[in-house]
Amino acid sequence: MSTKLPRWLIAFSALVYLFLHLPIVVLVIFSFNDSKYAVSWTGFTWAWYQRLLEREDILRGLEASLIVGAASTLVSAVFGTLIALALARHRFRGRTALEAFLYVPLVTPEIVVGISLLILFVLLKVPLGLATITIAHIAFSISFVVVVVLARLQGMDRNLEEAAMTLGADEITTFWKITVPQLWPGIISGALLAFTMSFDDYVITSFVSGTGSSTLPIVVYTMVRRNIEPSINAISTIILVATAVLIYLADRLGREKGA
Amino acid sequence: MAPPASSAAEPIVQFTRVSKHFGDFRAVNDISFDIRKGEFFSLLGPSGCGKTTTLRLLAGFEQPDTDGGTVKIAGEVVNTRRPYERQIGMVFQNYAIFPHLSVERNVAFGLEQHKVPAAEIPGRVTQALEMVRLDPGQYAKRMPNQLSGGQRQRVALARALVLRPAILLLDEPLGAIDLKLRKEMQLELKALNKNLGLTFVYVTHDQEEALTMSDRIAVMDHGIIAQLGSPAEIYENPRTAYVARFIGESNFLGGTATRQGGAWQVASPNGAFIIPDAPGLAEGATVQIAVRPEWMDIFPVDHCPSGENAVPGTVREVIYLGETMHVIVTLGDGTDCTVAVRNEGQLIKPLPWKKGDRAAVSWLPEDCQVLEQA
Repeated sequence: MSTKLPRWLIAFSALVYLFLHLPIVVLVIFSFNDSKYAVSWTGFTWAWYQRLLEREDILRGLEASLIVGAASTLVSAVFGTLIALALARHRFRGRTALEAFLYVPLVTPEIVVGISLLILFVLLKVPLGLATITIAHIAFSISFVVVVVLARLQGMDRNLEEAAMTLGADEITTFWKITVPQLWPGIISGALLAFTMSFDDYVITSFVSGTGSSTLPIVVYTMVRRNIEPSINAISTIILVATAVLIYLADRLGREKGA
Repeated sequence: MAPPASSAAEPIVQFTRVSKHFGDFRAVNDISFDIRKGEFFSLLGPSGCGKTTTLRLLAGFEQPDTDGGTVKIAGEVVNTRRPYERQIGMVFQNYAIFPHLSVERNVAFGLEQHKVPAAEIPGRVTQALEMVRLDPGQYAKRMPNQLSGGQRQRVALARALVLRPAILLLDEPLGAIDLKLRKEMQLELKALNKNLGLTFVYVTHDQEEALTMSDRIAVMDHGIIAQLGSPAEIYENPRTAYVARFIGESNFLGGTATRQGGAWQVASPNGAFIIPDAPGLAEGATVQIAVRPEWMDIFPVDHCPSGENAVPGTVREVIYLGETMHVIVTLGDGTDCTVAVRNEGQLIKPLPWKKGDRAAVSWLPEDCQVLEQA
């Protein structure tokens, strides 16, 4: 086999990438277009971004997204780390099953998760609102944290903790002074992923949000249904950039070596 | 320091009928031994022999089975005592330097845990680094990933020694560093042991390392102690074929014993030879002996010195090893026998042996070791 790629393969790959990313490029470009209609380029403007600041529904959506994101991320990070510790460090009945179940939320269709959560909340008579959105987001974010932290734990040298104990540190001190600093990049990386998932989620949120409270993606969708205006492009671009930055950070931290 | 009541020979560690299972695997099987205060004690054996488990039982990372005997440190049973309640220090095979802390913070860690006043810490850290010959000015502020393997090794040692533990446990600490540095560290560890008066318990699979450093060696095999003794006892009087094979090289000969005066004659397929009296010998018993290559000599057949045992064979190979020459002689029953001869200069005074020569290997009856049947 030759290591040189055939020319047709390069061309084919280029086409696929174009197909995948052209719409996004167009979206970003037209968020700066000085025209009310997204059909032709008429000049550069920041106007659509400025417009966003005047729209109370978008600002409220952003606020809701940030509250839900922060709360669900915090809870997922703490409990995800604890679950990862339990899975990595203890042998107990049902451990393998528990680990397998972790991946279920990652592969279950969002619409199924959304419907099942809605049914659960209705059955339990929980009023829909920011609280239910947060619970739903925790339900799918926690797996991300567990997977990332677990990977880091499995790569961690157990002798570090043993060394700390021979130096006089008890279990709790060892956990805070040795284990947590080693896991920190994994926990942050998992938390960033969790926040990204929460910030981007539309489908599940749409089931459990009720009427009063809407996160940013819900607000955007409602706007699109009414009429498409270039502000949509602007808010979409902001979401895109924010997500990309978070994913980049999560990936970089996830790769950071312990030693 | 030590209370006056404790004599130098008082054991600081006592294992009494200690067993440890992992599932169905017997890692340590009913072992008993003492470690004396201040001695350099080695646990030697191949991987899986139980030496590391024994060390971990002493460190407190493992606990003996229920009814699995007692581990005592300084006279107190410590079976269930946690590692941080045991006055032990440990150096790990992979050093286990805390990667997120600088060299000085690594060394200070134990002092901080023991609530040493903050004002004393920098001085003790410097002192510990100097003790392991690591220049504090140059290395104290470095992070572990800026150190070589040998330097990490020294940091690990300083970190353990700064607390002056009663017992220092070392788990194959020299396994990952190169030969020259390893030889140097062997001597330094030995010197630290003697100068500080601490008890060292050293786990290794390297027999030469154990012989070089130890006051006493416990040779382990499948969870039991095959033999415990000084390096000379282990090397010169191996009790079993396992020990003879594991420590240095040995030639093995065997046959049926018959009493002959104060000694015994052994009839073997390669000819008869004499062995000294040994416990457990009986008329007609099958015996096996081990003879070290350097205690054998090689002569033309029929020219052996009288009073020595001699067994004839054919030279198979002459191997040049630098300070010695190994002549491998195939005996009558097909087994090989290695004879080590001092190299007196092959260019000036070459050995008179070449492949295919008839020769006899000889040894003094008292230079053989009668082995216990395993």
